[in-house]
Amino acid sequence: MTSVAATHDVGHAAHAPTGIWRKYIFSTDHKIVGIQFLFLSLLFLLLGGLLAMQMRWQLGFPNTPMPGGGILPESMAPGGVILPEYYIQLVTMHGTFMVFFALMPLLVGVFANFLIPLKIGAHDMAFPRINMASFWVAFLAGLIMLASLFAPEGAARAGWTMYVPLSARPDLSGADLGQKLWCVSIVVVGLSSILGSLNYITTIINNRAPGMTWFRLPLSIWSLFIVAILGLLALPVLSGAAIMLLFDQTIGTHFFDPAVGGQALLWQHLFWFFGHPEVYILILPAMGMVSDIIANGSRKPIFGYHSMVFAIIAIAFLGWIVWGHHMFMSGMNPTLGSSFMISTMVIAVPSAIKTFNWMGTMWQGNLRFHVPMMCAIAFVAMFVIGGLSGLFMAATPVDMQIHDTYFIVAHIHYVLFGGSLFGLFGAITYWFPKMFGRMMNERWGKIHFWLTFVFYNLTFFPMHILGMAGHMRRIYDPTQYDFLKPYQPLNQFISVCAFLLFASQAIFALNFIISLFRGRKAELNPWQDNGLEWTLPSPAPHGNWERLPTVYRGPYEYSSPQVEEDYLPQSRKLPTDREPAVLAGAVP
Amino acid sequence: MRWWLPVQASSFAPEIDGLFTAILIITGLAFFLVEGSMIWFLIKYRARPGRKATYTHGNVKVEYVWTAFPAVVVIALGLTSNHYWKQIKGRDSVPPNSYPIKVHAKQFEWLFTYPGPDGKLGTDDDITEVRNKLHVPVNRPIVLEEESEDVIHSVFVPAFRLKQDAVPGMHIRAWFIATRPGEYDLGCAELCGMGHYKMHAKVTVQSQAEFDAWLAKAAQGDIE
Amino acid sequence: MTHGAAVAMRPPFPAERGMNVYNHKLAMYAFLASEVMFFGALIGAYIILRLGAPGEWVKRGAVLNISVTAFNTFLLVTSSLWMALAHRAIARGNQKMLRTWLGLTIVFGAAFVTIQALEYIHLMDRGLLASGVRDGSELAGLVANGTLPATITLYGACFYTLTGFHGFHVTCGVLSMTYLFFTKALRGKYSQQDYRGIEVVGLYWHFVDVVWIILFTIIYLI
Repeated sequence: MTSVAATHDVGHAAHAPTGIWRKYIFSTDHKIVGIQFLFLSLLFLLLGGLLAMQMRWQLGFPNTPMPGGGILPESMAPGGVILPEYYIQLVTMHGTFMVFFALMPLLVGVFANFLIPLKIGAHDMAFPRINMASFWVAFLAGLIMLASLFAPEGAARAGWTMYVPLSARPDLSGADLGQKLWCVSIVVVGLSSILGSLNYITTIINNRAPGMTWFRLPLSIWSLFIVAILGLLALPVLSGAAIMLLFDQTIGTHFFDPAVGGQALLWQHLFWFFGHPEVYILILPAMGMVSDIIANGSRKPIFGYHSMVFAIIAIAFLGWIVWGHHMFMSGMNPTLGSSFMISTMVIAVPSAIKTFNWMGTMWQGNLRFHVPMMCAIAFVAMFVIGGLSGLFMAATPVDMQIHDTYFIVAHIHYVLFGGSLFGLFGAITYWFPKMFGRMMNERWGKIHFWLTFVFYNLTFFPMHILGMAGHMRRIYDPTQYDFLKPYQPLNQFISVCAFLLFASQAIFALNFIISLFRGRKAELNPWQDNGLEWTLPSPAPHGNWERLPTVYRGPYEYSSPQVEEDYLPQSRKLPTDREPAVLAGAVP
Repeated sequence: MRWWLPVQASSFAPEIDGLFTAILIITGLAFFLVEGSMIWFLIKYRARPGRKATYTHGNVKVEYVWTAFPAVVVIALGLTSNHYWKQIKGRDSVPPNSYPIKVHAKQFEWLFTYPGPDGKLGTDDDITEVRNKLHVPVNRPIVLEEESEDVIHSVFVPAFRLKQDAVPGMHIRAWFIATRPGEYDLGCAELCGMGHYKMHAKVTVQSQAEFDAWLAKAAQGDIE
Repeated sequence: MTHGAAVAMRPPFPAERGMNVYNHKLAMYAFLASEVMFFGALIGAYIILRLGAPGEWVKRGAVLNISVTAFNTFLLVTSSLWMALAHRAIARGNQKMLRTWLGLTIVFGAAFVTIQALEYIHLMDRGLLASGVRDGSELAGLVANGTLPATITLYGACFYTLTGFHGFHVTCGVLSMTYLFFTKALRGKYSQQDYRGIEVVGLYWHFVDVVWIILFTIIYLI
């Protein structure tokens, strides 16, 4: 490495022309890496959905042959009738795929990679090769997890939460190699996440364009920054736990074996210490992108930008001290139950602030209902339901009734599907033109939105009722219980709506795929957004800018009195703007 | 099909249901307020030709109000919940002279051990290994002494609003007072393997006399 | 070097652009934060298991050799001193002393790993395994006659896992430093203007040292 030369900004011109392998497969371009994550995680989203469909078949139509079930092996579904041991694999792998290989990579792998350099005004990430590595490591983890489905006795089956001792004992669970591969895959995916976080944190801190101060960053970037820190600190704890579990499974350690002094609850503490920050990783990026979209759709600055930033930080910070609320019934010291309850109640407050601020943004706005805006509004509406339902479980006595029931399943899906996934539908539609140079079809987008919205609520809202009644989770055949038999029609109803919900996603899939090739060609700034990325061609070129932009204002200057148009891009210089303070020797 | 919580068959069911209802009212109000306002905004502020949005970055005073209000509500909720939590699950919450019943959880059944005439568990006159049948006398504090043989299970009686995990390596106590004679279901509420769905026990709440009679027959091995 | 690296290296920075810490160093700090969490999880588990263990824990010095490990600790701590001297040398442009001190760091680090590996072999010989004590071994006899408590099963698991992962991290450090030594230091590629690699690997090395001091204390000494 030579000493540093005082060169000026040469952009990315000094590149030899690259072949297909370096350009699209082993690319270090953050945009390509983001798109690679997009294809990988959409695939896992589909797989996760397919697993859920099988679960819903069994719940809606217990012990009957499933259409298409003939392709499953006899050991899992003889004659197409799902067996209990297969059912709990479905439960486990649905959760695992969705959390680790669909939502997390979609929210972070795609959008942190794609958006960060574009929205802060950088050519690329601080460490492009480490960035490329983070994708391929995630890909490897995905392969390992897929491989676990084909282990001789089948996949892991102790729930995505992998509680011990069940997960540590093949003689008790029935799964051996599958469980071990789960642990290995999780450690690998954690590594991918950490590699990504290193890039996101370094790039955001050090590589912002001149004038891009902290409080001029869009909320999408703030949330991705905070989430990168959360991931950096939380994933290693999961890796440590998974390694200990793997050791129990392979080299005969007894960390979690009570017979020899190990502790079953130790796993739960470690897992949830990771697990709770993880769920904030799964919601905060969506919140950030939704903020960008709502400001754009309302043609108004975000209401209370600074509070929004502090709320993100507060949620992330408080997220570290609430993990015990997953363990209220676990047998841990009841005094801990009290303390975790308080912290859990408190964390409702910053989420409420964000909700009110989104509404404040829409108030007195000039609302444009493009598909991303519709998705963003739906996000707020359903996140409110998910968040409010959280209050019931935070109240520890009430949790006695609803813990490990469908009330919890309803809550998780309202925040993760109604929240994160709707946010993702909006974000994908919004940034599709910048990724691919074309627009997704607006009409089919709206049809997909409405069908999804309706079937989604019909599927998941009734689960609150099931949970109140005491319908437990992960139950293969509820009709075994007299008190659940009357609810079978409701289970059937939910299943049918779930099938229709899944089928509706074909519209999104087709819209996405067809638009890649035949979508209307996109102009520079189809949404009339203020972000830096919208000053670039669609799709954005390698290296992004020839000459890095300068930032003169915050990201949400919509309907500003300074200009005729109802938007004012961050890098547009007005006669009244001064250049940002730049010290000698730095890049202009 | 019942659209509400199950029938109340224990002493803390009304308390828990009361808390649930209170939370439902609070969240229900919040829900209608928020969703209603949003729908109103969507209609009133939709884009029309010639309109412009109001250019404002927010209002700090309003933010203080809408931060303080939920904060007060959740703190009140927390204090109330904690009050009942300590009563039901606190370290010293088990009523003195509770009638002890041992619950031995294993894949995939519940084995109950009843104290014999001496009223104490762990003595020779215990009636052991009653499979999947929990009989309790009405209106009397019962304490379940939970243990697990293999993996984590969870005792769950929806009608009692009772839930407590049974963890291998730990002895955990869970108490209740059954207030309504009848038959109820007990299910396992923690995934414990492929037979998790059929870890089903029947709970029978009966008068003290009926209970004594049942217990006497059970001692003879005549368990129905 | 990449454009981003060139920009980041150039002091001073515009006030709004960063923390005046160049990219590689910032990334190493972040990485070390994740390592704190990783070792924290393992150490936390050890503490919980030890405090909650049924019965007595293995007494200090009953199984592990404190004197040999104390010497090994001395080697590792000293290697951090060599590392600091290497950093100081190149900050002053002294290529020759950089090579000397870096070389010593590598040698002492490698010695630490070697001695630890020999320790492992000796312990396994005596019967301490990650899964407990081996049947018929010397330690099994000591458990049978009551000299050692039954918690030695957990003891073995914790010992190998904690010190094993630490040893793995030391090994990675030694390999990295060796790589940098031959590809960079030996060829004069570091200079007073740019010695980022040394600084960054130095941070990692000091971290690994601190972790060892903690492990040595809580596993061997207490």
